[in-house]
Amino acid sequence: MENIRRFCVRLADRRWILPVLLVLGMTFCVVAESTSLLNSYTRFVLTAMLVNVILCVSLNLVNGYLGEFSVGHAGFMALGAYASAMLTTCLFPQTPALFIPAILVGGLMAAVVGFFLALLSFKTRGDYLAIITLAFLMIVKSALENISWVGGPRGLAGIPTLTTLPIAFATAIITLWVIRNLIYSKFGRAVVAIREDEIAANAMGVRTREAKILAFTVSSFFGGVAGALLAHQITFINPGSFDIVKSTEILVMVYLGGIGSLAGSILGAVIFTFLSEALREYGTWRMVILPLILVLLMIFRPRGIMGLRELPWFLPRRELFNRRKKS
Amino acid sequence: MAYFAQQAVNAISLGFLYALIALGYTMVYGVLTMINFAHGDLFMLGAFICLLLVTFSPIALPFPILLVLVMLIIGGLGGLIERLAYRPLRDAPRVSAVITALGCGLVISNTTLSISPYSRAMPEVFNDQYFNVFGVGISTLQMLIIGVSLALMIGLDALIQKSRFGMALRAVAFDARSAPLMGISVNRIISLTFLIGTGLGGAAGMLYGMAFPVISASMGVLVGWKAFIAAVIGGIGNIRGAVLGGFILGTVEIFSVATLPSTYRDLISYSLLLVILIFKPYGILGRAPNIKV
Repeated sequence: MENIRRFCVRLADRRWILPVLLVLGMTFCVVAESTSLLNSYTRFVLTAMLVNVILCVSLNLVNGYLGEFSVGHAGFMALGAYASAMLTTCLFPQTPALFIPAILVGGLMAAVVGFFLALLSFKTRGDYLAIITLAFLMIVKSALENISWVGGPRGLAGIPTLTTLPIAFATAIITLWVIRNLIYSKFGRAVVAIREDEIAANAMGVRTREAKILAFTVSSFFGGVAGALLAHQITFINPGSFDIVKSTEILVMVYLGGIGSLAGSILGAVIFTFLSEALREYGTWRMVILPLILVLLMIFRPRGIMGLRELPWFLPRRELFNRRKKS
Repeated sequence: MAYFAQQAVNAISLGFLYALIALGYTMVYGVLTMINFAHGDLFMLGAFICLLLVTFSPIALPFPILLVLVMLIIGGLGGLIERLAYRPLRDAPRVSAVITALGCGLVISNTTLSISPYSRAMPEVFNDQYFNVFGVGISTLQMLIIGVSLALMIGLDALIQKSRFGMALRAVAFDARSAPLMGISVNRIISLTFLIGTGLGGAAGMLYGMAFPVISASMGVLVGWKAFIAAVIGGIGNIRGAVLGGFILGTVEIFSVATLPSTYRDLISYSLLLVILIFKPYGILGRAPNIKV
């Protein structure tokens, strides 16, 4: 047991492993996509897992690093999914080259809405912010149900299957890279300072309002990107698939893996995806077991598996040096 | 004019139902400063418990006994949830408690959904009759809803303003850390608050099930969370605000359905919430908390 622990610690300290893993992962994805190495179900689950990583990391920016409680992430997914699906299905069908711009449009759509929501609502914090995100989620869902040219309650069908394993992998890596660099920038320090104590941060000269709005906008951008990827993976979307249950799934991932930790988010998304697939045969009981896990987690381990800790792979060199000096 | 008066009657009876559910949200928030997201699902369960009691009881239970039974069962369940899930988290960060509440609500609603996947028809509890008062139709049921809700609300107000329990409850809501120094058992007060609040929600569930006799597991989200909007609009934590919010929401909903396609109802209710929160971030009657470092 002690040997395994020591091995893990040594492995975590080898920073060159991360680029190697990246190259290996990308090669694996390309090979798996072009050959019949994996069956289509396994590929589907792996892609879903990568989309979940994007969702989990982006929500962690608001719920973990910023310390707010947003339940509206599924709403941003819906915006991204619908915007991109409209582009690839209705406006420019049969041009798969437009998929990457379509993902970006989906993300931007979510980011613009997220920006205005944050602008209006960051006067309040805590419970009231949670309520506003909840209202936002409900408004997006019922607005989509009432717009007939996006299919109304029936939804959009016949979306081309464009989300491949390499694209999902690359997007997940870009998301991780952007959010990791944001967190360890000046902006990221401000975000963490707000979580610890907003009034004190304000007194120290942190522009709290701007930092909060930026964090929320970035988070909603990647929520939209994940929605776009999901729409082109499952090829059918309707307003009902972006409801509070979807938001809860993302929350379970974030709090299972651990708030304020990128490694935790990845871990949470991976564990959640496998758990959720393993429980699929139980039908609606799945959505009894998953929230139950969340409740038990909150009671017995409120910070999740990684909880505010980080793998040294993701830390900047300077931070790592400080940490060694302390210990 | 008669049409308008008719809609006004409908708005009042819906408003009373929303207010009754909103009271549970707001009482818990007032004492614990925590949103009990499971409340809407307990409301839904109230309708299902009533259905079970009516279907399986060997004798036809009269309405008052049925109401008391439903309130006791749902209140007991609410107290149990508080004891098992919320009490261990009382000193944890507030977000943990909110997440737990959300999880508990989903557990309740999805368990109900797994057991009863389809909507159920509520059997008639008593013979419903229509009366014509100055050209406005009002049913026995609507009068019953208004009467029972009014009685429960007046009872609750008297309990909180006049009784020793009410005084202790207000003390805990005012300052939960100093209240035990005055000899108040905070745990008991919080348990009782949950019992009463969720009991009222259960009663509302039963009345709602009788008024709109198709009940399903999604009722907690569709209707229960609407009542939550009512509580927030009025200023959550404020009991009179909950009643005011219930009436505002009931009126807005009935008149929006009367003039627009009914699919716009949710859109309008939640937009109303958003607009009110943007301009009055703590609700109409709520006060901004005093935050210190």
